[in-house]
Amino acid sequence: MEINPIQTEELELLLNDISTQYGYDFTEYSRASLQRRVQRLFAVDKFPSFAEFRYRLRSDGHYFSRFVEEITVNVTEMLRDPSFYRTLRTTILPILATHPFIRIWHAGCSTGEEVYSMAILLKEMGILHKSLLYGTDINPLVIDRARKGIFPMSQMQKYSENYIQAGGVKDFSTYYTANYHLAKFDSSLTGRMIFSTHNLVSDFSFNEFHLILCRNVLIYFERELQTKVFRLFDYSLENFGYLALGSKESLRFSPMAGRYRQVGKEKIWRKVSDAG
Amino acid sequence: MQDRLLVIGGSAGSLQVVISILKGMGKDYPWPVLIVLHRTNSFESSLEELLSSRSHLSIKEVEEKEPLVPGRVYVCPADYHVLLEQDHTTSLDYSERVNFSRPSIDVTFRSAADVYGQALIALLLSGGNADGSDGMAYVREKGGMILLQDPQTAEVPYMPQQVLLRMTVDVIASAGELPSLVRGLPYR
Repeated sequence: MEINPIQTEELELLLNDISTQYGYDFTEYSRASLQRRVQRLFAVDKFPSFAEFRYRLRSDGHYFSRFVEEITVNVTEMLRDPSFYRTLRTTILPILATHPFIRIWHAGCSTGEEVYSMAILLKEMGILHKSLLYGTDINPLVIDRARKGIFPMSQMQKYSENYIQAGGVKDFSTYYTANYHLAKFDSSLTGRMIFSTHNLVSDFSFNEFHLILCRNVLIYFERELQTKVFRLFDYSLENFGYLALGSKESLRFSPMAGRYRQVGKEKIWRKVSDAG
Repeated sequence: MQDRLLVIGGSAGSLQVVISILKGMGKDYPWPVLIVLHRTNSFESSLEELLSSRSHLSIKEVEEKEPLVPGRVYVCPADYHVLLEQDHTTSLDYSERVNFSRPSIDVTFRSAADVYGQALIALLLSGGNADGSDGMAYVREKGGMILLQDPQTAEVPYMPQQVLLRMTVDVIASAGELPSLVRGLPYR
């Protein structure tokens, strides 16, 4: 059992280095989670000292890519929280369907499972052809994987159960082709997706959306950064558009809370008036 | 005595013990209490409602960035790890399961030990999985106090047994003794 090899002050040094050297600003990330993941990376890669870890990070851009991949959390699944997707299907998407064109942004989409989930719902409602789904993440490696639309076969039973609980009535396996241990999702779904890297901390708004989903991302941010990101979303959301968050996240503490109304029990808010 | 934290971890067979501990605690308990219980997330019935209905304490589910208040009992939400920040607020984390568990007891024990050090008291109860023993060892290294339910009185003894295979603990207590032990902790 090792005592933490990286002290709080050392983590701050590391974050400053990274910000200066690579332009990635993690200084407003919640420390406890960050510390835990940096700690783990340090142990897994068997660095003999903090100094060597710091040097490697500063001098080796490839290692920095690994760092970004390892310290950001990339746990996601298809149709995560089925009741959330049921609400999308029954309450939100029928309203979006009245638009001539639908733009949806999955911010912090990781390997894309939720983007594919959304595409399936849109397809079943017959509105995928007039929708565009943007999936973005800080981490280029997960974006590459999202683009491919290939997921482990071992997950499909779970996803199929989620799909049914979310109100799906088809055979979930019609959406992918199984190839040994991999499931490749249908190109009719990927055809309406655009994946790109985007850093919620430093990048700007790039479009106006009818629906923005950002689930289990803000829990890793300190309050002030959360507020900044809410402002970015507010700016990127059309009037009467929807913002969807993770099951333990809330718009409640943000300055724009007054201009949004929660939809039912799920963590979905509707923008009811624009910033003054 | 100020700013201490009691974290209670448990898995299979621990719910009744937690209920009896909470029943024994006064409303003026001087520390916050954080409870990490393994449970399935497929049920909507909330643990804090269940615990509230069986005690007179103020029990709530942990929310993110929430300051821990003395005398309150916090329950980890299903499917999230709970971490502690230096300013004694909570953070939620949706990263990989640890010991097949989310929330994981190890994760919370370790994080709480980093923040509270000697001021932390960790109690591990009944369970059928090895979660918690790494965390107990870590709490001890950081100078915190570690308490254990006697495996002989545990419905599922595996989890506390794992701890005893690796270390000695500060106090080992039977299921029946735990409520008065916890009640008396601040006055020892």
